[in-house]
Amino acid sequence: MNAPNTAGWRPEMTSNGAATPLPATASGDRGLALEEPLIFELAAPGGTGVDLPEASAAPVAGLSRHLRKTPPALPGLSEPEVVRHYTRLSRQNYAIDLGPFPLGSCTMKHNPRLNERVARLPGFADIHPMQPRATVPGAIEAIAQLADWLMVLTGMAGVALSPKAGAHGELCGLLAIRAAVEARGEDRPVVLVPTSAHGTNPATAAFAGFRVEAIPATDDGRVDLAALTARLADGAGGDVAGVMITNPNTCGLFERDMPAISAAVHAAGGYVYCDGANFNAIVGRVRPGDLGVDAMHINLHKTFSTPHGGGGPGSGPVVLSDRLAAYAPLPFVRRDDDGVAHLVEEEDLSSLPGAAPFGRMAAFHGQMGMFVRALAYMLSHGGDGLAQVANDAVLNANYVLRSLQDVLHAPFADAGPCMHEALFTDDELGEGVTTLDIAKGLIDEGFHPMTVYFPLVVHGAMLIEPTETESRAGLDRFISSMRSLAARAKAGDPSLKTAPHYTPRRRVDETLAARKPRLVWQG
Amino acid sequence: MRYLPLSPADRAGMLARVGAGHIDELFADVPADALLAEPIPGLPAHASEMAVERHMTRLAAQNLSAGTAPFFLGAGAYRHHIPASVDHLIQRGEFLTAYTPYQPEIAQGTLQVLFEFQTQVARLFGTDIANASMYDGSTACWEAIAMAARITRRGRTVISGGLHPHYVATAQGMARFTGDVLDVLPTRLVETPDCADLIAIIDNKTSAVVVQYPDVLGRVPDLAALADAAHAVGALLIVVVTEPVALGLIEAPGHLGADIVVGEGQALGVGLNFGGPYLGLFGCREKFVRQMPGRLCGETVDADGRRAFVLTLSTREQHIRREKATSNICTNAGLCALSFSIHMSLLGGEGLARLAAENHARAQATAAALAVIPGVSVLNQAYVNEFTVILPGDARAAVRAMGARGVLGGVPLGRLYPDNSGLANGLLIAASECTTDDDIAALVDALQEVL
Repeated sequence: MNAPNTAGWRPEMTSNGAATPLPATASGDRGLALEEPLIFELAAPGGTGVDLPEASAAPVAGLSRHLRKTPPALPGLSEPEVVRHYTRLSRQNYAIDLGPFPLGSCTMKHNPRLNERVARLPGFADIHPMQPRATVPGAIEAIAQLADWLMVLTGMAGVALSPKAGAHGELCGLLAIRAAVEARGEDRPVVLVPTSAHGTNPATAAFAGFRVEAIPATDDGRVDLAALTARLADGAGGDVAGVMITNPNTCGLFERDMPAISAAVHAAGGYVYCDGANFNAIVGRVRPGDLGVDAMHINLHKTFSTPHGGGGPGSGPVVLSDRLAAYAPLPFVRRDDDGVAHLVEEEDLSSLPGAAPFGRMAAFHGQMGMFVRALAYMLSHGGDGLAQVANDAVLNANYVLRSLQDVLHAPFADAGPCMHEALFTDDELGEGVTTLDIAKGLIDEGFHPMTVYFPLVVHGAMLIEPTETESRAGLDRFISSMRSLAARAKAGDPSLKTAPHYTPRRRVDETLAARKPRLVWQG
Repeated sequence: MRYLPLSPADRAGMLARVGAGHIDELFADVPADALLAEPIPGLPAHASEMAVERHMTRLAAQNLSAGTAPFFLGAGAYRHHIPASVDHLIQRGEFLTAYTPYQPEIAQGTLQVLFEFQTQVARLFGTDIANASMYDGSTACWEAIAMAARITRRGRTVISGGLHPHYVATAQGMARFTGDVLDVLPTRLVETPDCADLIAIIDNKTSAVVVQYPDVLGRVPDLAALADAAHAVGALLIVVVTEPVALGLIEAPGHLGADIVVGEGQALGVGLNFGGPYLGLFGCREKFVRQMPGRLCGETVDADGRRAFVLTLSTREQHIRREKATSNICTNAGLCALSFSIHMSLLGGEGLARLAAENHARAQATAAALAVIPGVSVLNQAYVNEFTVILPGDARAAVRAMGARGVLGGVPLGRLYPDNSGLANGLLIAASECTTDDDIAALVDALQEVL
């Protein structure tokens, strides 16, 4: 086990890090542990921190009956106050920039700062989506280059770029499938979704108007091929539009039967949707198109490193096989015979007889800011570097799996290597200690917890995805903390039940929040 | 490779630790013929930071950016001056590189921001509550339509011809598959919005009336009359705001009877970005909270009784409810919500009112200058910072020709409505606090030249 880092400890601190009791401070702050009121508690409405002239002209006459009686009751603060407010708040967040963030299926990797720099070039950030297209050829070319990379990396024929996030990409893929089914004059109201799927999969299928049927998992954590083929055999699959498979799946395992799954679905007249949330495990090493996939969204904010930003924005382009490419929604980018990229919108359709877009996913052209960042990431890695990304991500996960499987229950460890994430459960932790306690204990250790209680196919899941941007030394520190927590759990250490202790807030009352929702400041 | 910390020695040692002789042994479950031995053909090799920056800078340099040209585009995406502190603060790694705040003890920064954001949006819209953001205005609009159908248990929605055509297309794309019926009124180049036509077709099968405020032509519909007509038959009024700055000058939709107010928040803090990422705003009456889509942040207490914030009412959401969720949305637009919120914290209500008034004054100056060009007329009686002018010929050609002269002279309606020849001569012109007298003069000169 690694020795604790004591370099910065004051002499009076005890070995468990607790300081000696001291009187409370008058301010409520404690050194660099800074409390911060709500912005509405810092100032009353009426001021402003932006230099703007007083209104100089009377409104046009037609507007008079629409005028607002009073401005919104919101305070406006000076720049120094605002900078301080948000800087102080920022310090109450954990982030990748502070340490490992091993959230399974979330791919919290380092966000390169070059990507931030180039996304802010005025030629990308300060252009309007409805500018004459002749004034933005470089932007259209950048989108086309991103599309080229995505199609080559996945072995697919087309790509829809406008979806705004992963779940929006799922929706795009299912709507393309639905359009293709309708174009064949068929009615296929069912989509099959494995029980291990992320919650967005069944929600998306329902949102797109499909009926969701579950496919069971086998004991080794994969899609039950026999159950799937039985559902589709002998004409029984005539009501099935497609399947939604996550590969690698949410147990961190590659669906090794993928070619057979695709063949069975195709034979029944359906389409294969692949949830690409876990593409980081195989980028540059496996092309989903080679496995029979017809549509797959790619979370640019996972595999291609665009920042999560505390919950978005994401970007979820969808690659499409040649069976679905014609149904890609507007707008899309297409290269002409001379290789010049064009942005295709509603007014261009009459000159593209092969295209049958099912509509639009959103206003404008998609998440340009994310496209630029992702393209810079791809160019930085190159084809060789992206394959190394997958290799290192898988190696790091297996390193964690094999370094913890003697102290934590790893349900699929005996079946072989994992992919980019390692799955454990709370089965062997001892009386009353749960996954939640380990997660909160990990917070006290200075790490972000893993994904907990997902996937649902095992009890008390802990899903750890280190990603390729963790060093071996960083993994060793994490492993050391996990082993310590497992030992404390088995020894019945009651302090795990009250963890975390060293955070700006302790465990919060979620029941109270839901029972009496207070969603806005009432003042 | 500068982003990969493992050294060759690390890799060899770690492979030994996991009991593998070669990395490919860890890919043993991949069908052998699908595992690529070499880098994928057709892709370049890795490149230095300098080389990548050069490549991207060259692409960016081919585009005419708004800040370097007389610029008059709007139509759902607006250019305003963004205070320098906004972009500085959102690049703090604790905001930029955090995940969705599912672990509240170590995410109070993001959670408090979301709580403040929800309050700002609710007060801007005049609604009881607001959520923690959606992808953008167009998707928020469809989510509002779907939510109204859940509440009223009716499947027919009446949509104004003044709703942005991309928003209409987004909703139609979804409704085609869900079975919802959307009655969309035609868009016409007339000086008043289509409120009377909407009222005439509302009936007791109507789930909701959807109207944009100000509408896509810059006109200002009479929300109170629409609300009364909708409520009289048990329908809801959904108001769509694509330019939140306008609400510094005109009354908040929630104060005029709107039940659900959605919008595009990009104009405050986010920037143009060629169309994304943007920021969906979503507010509504408190009694509808359990039918709302998207994440909600609520106030609560921690184990020591101190005020704390946490994501709440997740029993509406996909990760709990799966196929019974109110929406499939997961990732939203957190960092854009932060940008919006910082900009709003600087402006305050008073600053927003002044900003809107200044925008209106610049739009009036632009309209007055254009109106004296022979053959050009201004359509609107009422507008805030965007209005429609009618040219003597197809506005698409005029805009392209102005673009070739380095003037970004508005959005031609023909690009938004290619199938509606009756709108072809319409040109949307947006002005803002960024619009200078020189910009207006350049627009007038360019338009006169190309007509």
